[in-house]
Amino acid sequence: MRIGSAKETYSRDEALFDSRTQRVWLGVLALALLLFPFVANQYWLYLACLVAINVASATGLNILTGYTGQVSLGQAAFMGVGAYAVAVLEKQLGTPVLLNLAAAGGTAMLFGLVVGIPSLRVKGLYLAIATIAASFILHFVFANWTRVTGGTAGLSLPPAKIFGIVLDTEFRLYWLIMPITLLMLAGAANLFRTRIGRAFVAIRDRDISAEVLGIPLLRYKLLSFGLSSFYAGVAGGLWAYFFRSVTPESFPLLMSIFFLAAIIVGGMGSILGGILGAVFMTLVPEVLKLMVGWLPNASEAMVFLAPVRTIVFGALIVGFLIFEPHGLAEIWRRVRRFFHLWPFRT
Amino acid sequence: MNFDWWMLFEVSLAGLGSGGLYALAGLAFVLIYKATRVVNLAIGEMLMMGAYFFFATAASLGWPIWLAMIAAVLGSGVLGAVIERALIRPMLGEAPISVFMITVGLSSILVGTVELIWGADQLRLPDFMPSDPVLIGEAMVSPKIFYGFLAATALIAAVLLVFRFWRGGVALRATASDQAAAYSMGIDVPRVFSLTWTVAAMVAAIAGIIVGSISSLSPTMGVFGLSVLVVVIVGGLDSVPGALVGGLLVGLVESWTGTYLGGEFKLLATFSLLVLILMLRPYGLFGTHEIERL
Repeated sequence: MRIGSAKETYSRDEALFDSRTQRVWLGVLALALLLFPFVANQYWLYLACLVAINVASATGLNILTGYTGQVSLGQAAFMGVGAYAVAVLEKQLGTPVLLNLAAAGGTAMLFGLVVGIPSLRVKGLYLAIATIAASFILHFVFANWTRVTGGTAGLSLPPAKIFGIVLDTEFRLYWLIMPITLLMLAGAANLFRTRIGRAFVAIRDRDISAEVLGIPLLRYKLLSFGLSSFYAGVAGGLWAYFFRSVTPESFPLLMSIFFLAAIIVGGMGSILGGILGAVFMTLVPEVLKLMVGWLPNASEAMVFLAPVRTIVFGALIVGFLIFEPHGLAEIWRRVRRFFHLWPFRT
Repeated sequence: MNFDWWMLFEVSLAGLGSGGLYALAGLAFVLIYKATRVVNLAIGEMLMMGAYFFFATAASLGWPIWLAMIAAVLGSGVLGAVIERALIRPMLGEAPISVFMITVGLSSILVGTVELIWGADQLRLPDFMPSDPVLIGEAMVSPKIFYGFLAATALIAAVLLVFRFWRGGVALRATASDQAAAYSMGIDVPRVFSLTWTVAAMVAAIAGIIVGSISSLSPTMGVFGLSVLVVVIVGGLDSVPGALVGGLLVGLVESWTGTYLGGEFKLLATFSLLVLILMLRPYGLFGTHEIERL
């Protein structure tokens, strides 16, 4: 039970985690993440890595869409840029893994800046459609710039190697992917305690007022695009190391919709929302698969798995928008508030 | 230099032919946008539903073509009304982005439903158009595209006339130009919304039946909707003439690039056109330039 939290200094007030309960649970979570690879089997490790990659990318999109209010349907394409950057560097230059990942983020960032330029003239849905156009143009480049991207066949790359250890199993990759994702999450959470992050929020709430307040719109919108695509690029780089094969079809428009759906379902404009949404949306198809597996005539029912997944995906977007517009993060907050005064008031 | 002008002519005719269909689908889109301010990304899927309804009645149940077509169009109209009532109405007054995402979710639901019922394979619609090639001068036009274009033009004309003279059409235009004023003049605005979705779904269904019979039927038909999106952005989201000009323009551009550069350049060309228009005239060729007020 918690009655209130008195804050005596500004730094206490600004802290990301302000109560001891929160810090204790955070410690529990960290311990769980640390022990997870030793108890989980390969399938769950695979899922954990995939979830971590998606969380990183969804958080990037959340910076742009949830916090700055610029809707983008190009996140998957930026991930593609990152993945190709990693694949090309790894194959042609053989540079170290962490450098490759940073370069992937940087390259995607450059593309994001270019795509972000229209954001000063066009807003809202027009911008969303411009990013769709950008993602198709990038797809065309992936498929046709054969000399670098390997055309429609794509590129396959050797396993990542870091400090002489070959990261060829899910267990080993977990130790690359999970820390990077956590680092990026911490970065995003802290971003919104700084001047830049606050400027983003101001632009989202009312861009004209933000400009009147002295926030240069173009610079901050571009910055937001750049940061968001940096996240996407790094996530794409991790994706490339995880699947070790990059083709133009790996990053369809549907994947961009997936990320937008993830932050809607999770809750826009909340770091926790991005995490919850990405975890939820990645696990739902797997849970469906499990459930179909329990049916009496499972092998026949498997035929219906793909369409049912598509329907559930759409229904989740629609359902959350109509019934729970603030997403899973809001449900989480409600549960937490319930326990604040538990068991005295319900 | 012996450039084959007849070929260019032929290619252009084919482009105009498919452009007519784009214009028709664009019209359905613009109707919805004008009346309800909803950017409907599921327009391609609504086309697809119409075509599948037609397939179900004409091929599976074996009804005569005309009856099947009427049934498919009516069925789509009902579907449109249901969509409006169940998904769009609760979102009245929400951010445009949320409504846009609702239609994204809707398109996914529709695709999944079609795959569940009819499977993911390609299907062929029964032929109902004459199959003799049409000759214009030396240029030969595929009959399906030619008659499809004729049907699309006739339908566009019909829709335009209806909205010019029919009472419901006038109500729709009134709602589009000023919702509050329409309310105070006694127009039942929610009913107009529902009517718009019904009519737009019907128009989309006819476009879908024609598109489906020109190529084939599959759950990926919704990709057509992406080109329609380009059409309406080029023409201006709230402009009917814009949808028509944009449709023909996009049809021509696709046909030219498809023939002279190769099929893989088609989407690139349309989306480059889109980017160009967004950079130069973000509100489209004929769209209203909205001025933001504080």
